[in-house]
Amino acid sequence: MAAHLKKRVYEEFTKVVQQQQEEIATKKLRLTKPSKSAALHIDLCKATSPADALQYLLQFARKPVEAESVEGVVRILLEHYYKENDPSVRLKIASLLGLLSKTAGFSPDCIIDDAINILQNEKSHQVLAQLLDTLLAIGTKLPENQAIQTRLVDVACKHLTDTSHGVRNKCLQLLGNLGSLEKSITKDAEGLTARDVQNIIGDYFNDQDPRVRTAAIKAMLQLHERGLKLHQTIYNQACKLLSDDYEQVRSAAVQLIWVISQLYPESIVPIPSSNEEIRLVDDAFGKICHMVSDGSWVVRVQAAKLLGSMEQVSSHFLEQTLDKKLMSDLRRKRTAHERAKELYSSGEFSSGRKWGDDAPKEEIDTGAVNLIESGACGAFVHGLEDEMYEVRIAAVEALCMLAQSSPSFAEKCLDFLVDMFNDEIEEVRLQSIHTMRKISNNITLREDQLDTVLAVLEDSSRDIREALHELLCCTNVSTKEGIHLALVELLKNLTKYPTDRDSIWKCLKFLGSRHPTLVLPLVPELLSTHPFFDTAEPDMDDPAYIAVLVLIFNAAKTCPTMPALFSDHTFRHYAYLRDSLSHLVPALRLPGRKLVSPAVSPNITPHEDPSQQFLQQSLERVYSLQHLDPQGAQELLEFTIRDLQRLGELQSELAGVADFSAAYLRCQLLLIKALQEKLWNVAAPLYLKQSDLASAAAKQIMEETYKMEFMYSGVENKQIVIIHHMRLQAKALQLIVTARTTRGVDPLYGMCEKFLQEVDFFQRCFIADLPHLQDSFVDKLLDLMPRLMTSKPAEVVKILQTMLRQSTFLHLPLPEQIHKASATIIEPAGESDNPLRFTSGLVVALDVDATLEHVQDPQNTVKVQVLYPDGQAQMIHPKPADFRNPGPGRHRLITQVYLSHTAWTEPCQVEVRLLLAYNSSARIPKSPWMEGSEVSPQVETSIEGTIPFSKPVKVYIMPKPARR
Amino acid sequence: MPEIRVTPLGAGQDVGRSCILVSIAGKNVMLDCGMHMGFNDDRRFPDFSYITQNGRLTDFLDCVIISHFHLDHCGALPYFSEMVGYDGPIYMTHPTQAICPILLEDYRKIAVDKKGEANFFTSQMIKDCMKKVVAVHLHQTVQVDDELEIKAYYAGHVLGAAMFQIKVGSESVVYTGDYNMTPDRHLGAAWIDKCRPNLLITESTYATTIRDSKRCRERDFLKKVHETVERGGKVLIPVFALGRAQELCILLETFWERMNLKVPIYFSTGLTEKANHYYKLFITWTNQKIRKTFVQRNMFEFKHIKAFDRAFADNPGPMVVFATPGMLHAGQSLQIFRKWAGNEKNMVIMPGYCVQGTVGHKILSGQRKLEMEGRQLEVKMQVEYMSFSAHADAKGIMQLVGQAEPERVLLVHGEAKKMEFLRQKIEQEFRVSCYMPANGETVTLPTSPSIPVGISLGLLKREMAQGLLPEAKKPRLLHGTLIMKDSSFRLVSSEQALKELGLAEHQLRFTCRVHLQDTRKEQETALRVYSHLKSTLKDHCVQHLPDGSVTVESILIQAAAHSEDPGTKVLLVSWTYQDEELGSFLTALLKKGLPQAPS
Repeated sequence: MAAHLKKRVYEEFTKVVQQQQEEIATKKLRLTKPSKSAALHIDLCKATSPADALQYLLQFARKPVEAESVEGVVRILLEHYYKENDPSVRLKIASLLGLLSKTAGFSPDCIIDDAINILQNEKSHQVLAQLLDTLLAIGTKLPENQAIQTRLVDVACKHLTDTSHGVRNKCLQLLGNLGSLEKSITKDAEGLTARDVQNIIGDYFNDQDPRVRTAAIKAMLQLHERGLKLHQTIYNQACKLLSDDYEQVRSAAVQLIWVISQLYPESIVPIPSSNEEIRLVDDAFGKICHMVSDGSWVVRVQAAKLLGSMEQVSSHFLEQTLDKKLMSDLRRKRTAHERAKELYSSGEFSSGRKWGDDAPKEEIDTGAVNLIESGACGAFVHGLEDEMYEVRIAAVEALCMLAQSSPSFAEKCLDFLVDMFNDEIEEVRLQSIHTMRKISNNITLREDQLDTVLAVLEDSSRDIREALHELLCCTNVSTKEGIHLALVELLKNLTKYPTDRDSIWKCLKFLGSRHPTLVLPLVPELLSTHPFFDTAEPDMDDPAYIAVLVLIFNAAKTCPTMPALFSDHTFRHYAYLRDSLSHLVPALRLPGRKLVSPAVSPNITPHEDPSQQFLQQSLERVYSLQHLDPQGAQELLEFTIRDLQRLGELQSELAGVADFSAAYLRCQLLLIKALQEKLWNVAAPLYLKQSDLASAAAKQIMEETYKMEFMYSGVENKQIVIIHHMRLQAKALQLIVTARTTRGVDPLYGMCEKFLQEVDFFQRCFIADLPHLQDSFVDKLLDLMPRLMTSKPAEVVKILQTMLRQSTFLHLPLPEQIHKASATIIEPAGESDNPLRFTSGLVVALDVDATLEHVQDPQNTVKVQVLYPDGQAQMIHPKPADFRNPGPGRHRLITQVYLSHTAWTEPCQVEVRLLLAYNSSARIPKSPWMEGSEVSPQVETSIEGTIPFSKPVKVYIMPKPARR
Repeated sequence: MPEIRVTPLGAGQDVGRSCILVSIAGKNVMLDCGMHMGFNDDRRFPDFSYITQNGRLTDFLDCVIISHFHLDHCGALPYFSEMVGYDGPIYMTHPTQAICPILLEDYRKIAVDKKGEANFFTSQMIKDCMKKVVAVHLHQTVQVDDELEIKAYYAGHVLGAAMFQIKVGSESVVYTGDYNMTPDRHLGAAWIDKCRPNLLITESTYATTIRDSKRCRERDFLKKVHETVERGGKVLIPVFALGRAQELCILLETFWERMNLKVPIYFSTGLTEKANHYYKLFITWTNQKIRKTFVQRNMFEFKHIKAFDRAFADNPGPMVVFATPGMLHAGQSLQIFRKWAGNEKNMVIMPGYCVQGTVGHKILSGQRKLEMEGRQLEVKMQVEYMSFSAHADAKGIMQLVGQAEPERVLLVHGEAKKMEFLRQKIEQEFRVSCYMPANGETVTLPTSPSIPVGISLGLLKREMAQGLLPEAKKPRLLHGTLIMKDSSFRLVSSEQALKELGLAEHQLRFTCRVHLQDTRKEQETALRVYSHLKSTLKDHCVQHLPDGSVTVESILIQAAAHSEDPGTKVLLVSWTYQDEELGSFLTALLKKGLPQAPS
């Protein structure tokens, strides 16, 4: 055996050598690596002690192995496995086998026999568990092979009786991942019958070890995840597990019950100790509700979360979750919520309260009181009052999801959500405000509820206030007093926190447009007009007055009678605000005035938007570029770019497309210009620094392409190909320019090689798209690739030059949805004249608040840059937690930037701006081998370059010398 | 018959003077040692003479456990340990140990200095008493002696309140003390694991109440305070110095912080400052929020709450004042009340229950004109009542019972009528028996303690290997020898037992004769028996030996001719007692006779 194995190794080795001789040109890069298996074999033979061998194996595991040499390596490892006495080394080998079998391009069915073989002779439980893990890896790699699956399942079943929990765990995992449910299928020629895994796993639900019980439930869930339909029979078993002693078992059991309730919602189960029967989903709902008051918070979180997704549950069960029958001294008592409601409906809200107005009324029949209901009673009441905020958040989320699907429940849970606005943890408050916003379509706030909601406007946290403004934007208020109350509170908020101005205006805009009829009777009071007397004209710059006007004008849009109530100056103010704050003030049909811009009205015909047409036309014009002389082409491009830019400014919804196409055309323009230069006409290399324009153009094109690739969201693969193609052209241009301007050939060698590598990389990445690139630069380049490989740099340059000139202009297909990433720094505002003073050498924290639009994955890409006057630049990586996501496509960065510098003689400005970091090599798929082993963090987070994408803000700072 | 005996000396069908005697497996433990607020005579302390008439208490009690620092749970401690005389260990948690002497000293001062009582314990006695205290951590198992161990669980209620599990061998009792199942602003919820004690002794103050969500209460409270302050009014909150006062302080403090309010909040000084100090110290005993944020800022380092000075009461403008005592019957709170009562903008909030006869009770019941020091006082200020109680309600009690899964439940610390209701409910829903003894009444509960037996690993593995699947939690038959030696039990294999005891093994053989009607020769009979057995007993080793006998495993069968009747053959069957099962089966089989030969 061993001799045979060694032979294999050497065979492989010699094969490698032969290849080196034959095809030296194409495979040069790959073949520099030595054979893995041989090296490993030598190492392992050298090892004198198990510790040594372990070291070698560990070292070996750090480097990836190619698919071709995996089998050899596996043989070597197996050979050592047989010889090895030390279980830790065997364990490592077993784990390596698992890792190796995951290698892409390697089919592990050849090692399965050996793996099962060594499994049978193994004594150590740990190694056994690891081997089963390896088998799992192999099994998941070969999902199609029915025979192997059945075989592995058999192996797992055999080892299920092992005494070690680790082995049983792995067996169950294996069964969960590979087993199938039905006995009947016998399609294989060998007549192998698949076992009914569900029963086997079910038997381990009452294993003595809690870890095995958990594994059994997890395996069951795994079966479900693989799309196999579980039988309803396990429902009762799972219910028993809910009272297990161990939290991980209970937690998993809750999940299992949820899964079954989703599978068989309508089947009927009996209620124990009575003759009644209920739907399974209701029963499961009751059971999960009961787990909301479990002893372990992990289980409580799990249960609360799952409740949210049980939408099929009957409504009376659902409403029970909010019901907690109060009693005091055996007499029924009304909840504060009920009392509030009653007070409200009887019309004497917030009267002076007396002691004992919550005194209990009716007597309760002692027999009828059920103290621990098996049902859903009060689950949410408990969940929302839980000690751990994780549970409370989960409960709020669940409440939100259930309320979205059931309007009547939404109405009922309102009181509880409003109560959560006073939670001690900000996150919970924020979450409940967001929840309320999501369900706001289904609800109308009562006045007393509105009162509580509005009280939160005084919160010192900006997040909370803004979330509340968003909430108010989409709430329904029932009375005019409600509107008035909201306005008063918002104005109070405005005076207390003037920075909230924009948010409050926006909020009032929606409040007005939603409730025109409620605003109407308030207008005279709000504008303080008087039937007989002229009142003083309010100050137009007062934010509070603007706020009131925003409310009224938006209400007036759908309420034609309202303008009659306006006084003269109100009309003037309207005209002013319509111009200055056009996004807040709508166009009104005012008497004696024509509507200025009828085009904006929404009843435009569904046919093609004219601006869209214009965009298409101007882009189509560019197609003819090829047939024009260079001068004409340049002019055409310039015009088109100008048109597109203007269009983008006018039509915000087309801005993304317009900018994107303009950027592409600009690249093309630069390329044409660069190629147009006189420089090229001189035959001999100039070695002069004259080609500033060309090299600058190359650099600019590169920048533009990076922007196009990373600054727009919604860019698809076909655009990326074109962008990369453009970049390749720019690189070629750069190479030519360098060749023309530098003396000596040596640096060119390196550059040429690098360029050819880039081409190779391009080819590998976009091999599927190459057919679309007919006649393009790269198309031609790839044709000539073999020649280029062998040519000297001077020749390469020459070829490239001609190709660049001949290459056609590639048409850029427009993506469906494209948006340009943008960022605005709200804070620091950059208006302050007072420098930020701090002692040099120490740090000062600068609050940065910015909104980001259409940025993908901002946590990893957005950085803050600080530029000091001495040219020193500092890049700060904000924490992932600093990013909030207030809406789709929008992000908000609120972070602190630490500044420090040596002492200055006088205050000076530093610039703060946001950067978008990118890394174009991130698109390359990673090898699976590396996933298991430790990946150096640098590979993941490396930044290739950055694009500034916000206007810089200047901050005045003054580091003082430290006092001695 | 082993049993657990429980005798409440106080708190049996009553609130106050908690003191419960438990004897479990020969150990005597006293749970809590409190005073009664309602009495000023001998009845205020438990009757310790019940334990022993003469002789020192130390001989009769193994330990004393104090659940928390409220005086109705620890007020009689110095009297008990110093004046009656007890030198054994007293167990309590660290916060209780720290705060308890402050309250005892305060209690002593009021009793001796204000009421002029003689024969009361002295400051020195309190100190001496506290020297006997052993502090325990949460979830720490403390060995009181070789057999008795106790363990503390978190109970909410007040800082440092704990539930205790008392365990001797496999028997255990859990005493809850006072506890709260809903978390509040500064304390978490009570929690216990599934310890399945033989007896759970639980408080039942709110046996017949299910409370509303605490959020409504909090919101109401904050809204009232906020509105009054915004109007420019003053708010008076009479409180007792420890417990709820801190809860309300935290509530107001965080609200002030959130809403950015600037109105001053004062707290009348006194023992509070000392106590607050301990609250700052014992952060681990508070709830999640305070525990998680104390690195940035300790929530008990109040930013907005300052110490109160007598002169501040006359300051103009709004303010909030916490003043002691809580029922407006004397002291600072009453003084401030008198000053502010005349203004309708002001407000007084009573956060707890008021005893009849106090000013607090009068104004709560709606009285607007008060007679005070001979002068008429008209109360124009608003009066509000708000209950912030930290006891578990009926649902909470049921929840705890569900969590601990006890065999029996015993109710203390509550009113008899209310207990009765809860008792029914517990028996009905958990199907466990529930007791509610009155003071001095003893409840005796028989227990069936389990006796641990050691088993050798070799034997266990051997027996395990014989069975098919290891069925969890199912009894299994096991062969072995039980050795009882030096009050320990061991189960070993019989060979080992013989070796250990130095005994020789006795062979015990059973022999049996079976008569067969067979005219053939002995050898042929034996052969027939052999072939018959061979075909019947497929999975046993059946052999035909050359001397004409047949063996099945170790059982020997010999055929012999009958001495008198040649037509009858006698089969001699012989087996050892280990093979009893197989042997008796064989004889029964042979007695049925052989099948007729096909020939």
